[in-house]
Amino acid sequence: MHSDPNLYDYWPYRDRPKVVWPGGKKLAFWIAPNIEFYEYDPPVNPQRPGWPKPTPDVVGYSQRDWGNRVGHWRLMELMDKYGMRGSISLSVGLIDHHPEIIEACVARNWEFFSHGIYNTRYSYGMDEAQERAVIEDSIRTVQAATGQRIRGYLAPALTHTERTFDLIAEYDFWYTCDLFQDDQPQPLKTASGKLLSMPYSLEVNDVITYGAQAMSPWRYADVLKRHFDQLLEEAEASGTVMCIPLHAYLVSQPHRLRAFEEALKHISSHADDIWITTAAEIAGHYREHYWDQAVGDVARRGLATGGKGFANVVA
Amino acid sequence: MSLPETYLTYPHRAYGMDQKRYDWRTCGARPPIAWPQGRTLAAMIVVPIEHHMLNPTGKPFKHPGAMVTPYPDLRHYTTRDYGLRVGVFRILKELKTAGLKATFPVNANQLERLRPLIEAIVADGHEIAAYGLSTDHIHWGGLEQDVEAAWVAEVRQRFDAAGLKPRVWMSPARQQSFATLDLIAEAGFDVCLDWEQDEVPVRMRTQAGEVSAVPLSNELDDRSLLLDRRQTEDEWAGQILEAADYLNSEADRFGGRVLGFTLTPYVTGQPFRIHALRRILAGLAGDARTWTATASEIADAAKG
Repeated sequence: MHSDPNLYDYWPYRDRPKVVWPGGKKLAFWIAPNIEFYEYDPPVNPQRPGWPKPTPDVVGYSQRDWGNRVGHWRLMELMDKYGMRGSISLSVGLIDHHPEIIEACVARNWEFFSHGIYNTRYSYGMDEAQERAVIEDSIRTVQAATGQRIRGYLAPALTHTERTFDLIAEYDFWYTCDLFQDDQPQPLKTASGKLLSMPYSLEVNDVITYGAQAMSPWRYADVLKRHFDQLLEEAEASGTVMCIPLHAYLVSQPHRLRAFEEALKHISSHADDIWITTAAEIAGHYREHYWDQAVGDVARRGLATGGKGFANVVA
Repeated sequence: MSLPETYLTYPHRAYGMDQKRYDWRTCGARPPIAWPQGRTLAAMIVVPIEHHMLNPTGKPFKHPGAMVTPYPDLRHYTTRDYGLRVGVFRILKELKTAGLKATFPVNANQLERLRPLIEAIVADGHEIAAYGLSTDHIHWGGLEQDVEAAWVAEVRQRFDAAGLKPRVWMSPARQQSFATLDLIAEAGFDVCLDWEQDEVPVRMRTQAGEVSAVPLSNELDDRSLLLDRRQTEDEWAGQILEAADYLNSEADRFGGRVLGFTLTPYVTGQPFRIHALRRILAGLAGDARTWTATASEIADAAKG
């Protein structure tokens, strides 16, 4: 084990070279609906059971099923209303279970990225061949169902190994949503490839805000508006990214969705200043125009420590 | 160390659900339900009558509301018992004032001890449901099936002895084993409050016929919002009324739906929460679109 993942170098927010999004936009905004399948009776990973309670956890299972049969459609319709596409954090197994959802998202030109096969199967303890099998399954299955080559990754239930980032970089993924150290994209130090960390945010993720933070629907809407206002203000100096990670089984609840809409309405009212887009488009733009600038700035400031993630770590 | 190959095989990876109790169906493919008198929302108020014993085993996990401190935890015991002595009578009074009927799941081992309360619930025309044997009899996947079958039989026998014939079942902690639905169906229960996969009742397959799963909202649970999440009474009431209004507003597209929520006596029955309870009940009773009904009334009306 290492004390520092060494996936990126320390790079202070102040005085970074300027990032400008396409069309001169200041803030890049994206929404990440997590479309997940939780198994009724998953196999047990030695490091973490599939459910916090013994299976079958019928309340937890059925509420998540509600998210797919009811909640997803409600959220998708709301995003249609504001002209926002989703970048879907997908339990890839759901393609087989619920193709109706996939077809509706393809028809809207939403982006898909991998969130593992099921959200009840964790990466803990996988050997390299097993982790490759999950990544290859993700690429192949999404490509066959949607025609899209996935470029993003969010580990299932945020479970990683030390080789996760090297592997997805090797398979030509462009971004990972697993790291939370910044409000701007940042190049990662992988063995090969060109992998970015994409701002995704656990702080405004609905699982955290409604759950651990116990926010009411109206407080969450207020938090999102203030979060957006601050990031837009800072984007005058250099382009920022704001993501709202969502779960339909939470945000689409009948007591929550209209309050959430107030946040989307507020964000939409700043359409002249923001790039409403997908994670893959942000990553594509950044790796083409700002990758070298970022790496160069870290080196120029004397902050490059060398080595690669989980390897050759300088103490 | 690597994981066994079974961890990367997916035997249920195919169209639909990964279990056989009910089928996959999107809300757009659901036939619309018409509630009585042209109402568009069925509100189901659930008042759990649960006894939190001083010496729970806490196996396989502690029931929500179970004892917290080392034995004897008189502080939490009496706080819970307050709900059954005092708080629930406030809830009964407010229900009567608003003219609304509710569903009261009762732990079977409390039928004798709480006899005056049971009589008051029945006298007001509310529905009694079975709520397992006790809060320390949690049905779960690791339970031997003959043990679970004996528990369910004892629940039925105790309600029979009390002269009650409940059709509705709610499991302690809303936890089930893989066999619970079969066992309760065999014991004559045809409505269950443990599942919430849709906003309408769902017919569940069992070895002894169908059971209607009437949805009860986990996210709007009063104990969860007011105690665990420490929300205010106004936030709690506002969310329930917002949910009711939202569901009614969609009725022309999706037909009648259900909004089920709990009023836990030791939580909602506190004096400082009654103003919020009145606001909820008056909001439901005063809305011509909303039909407040018991679990079995809703299950039957959904069958058309």
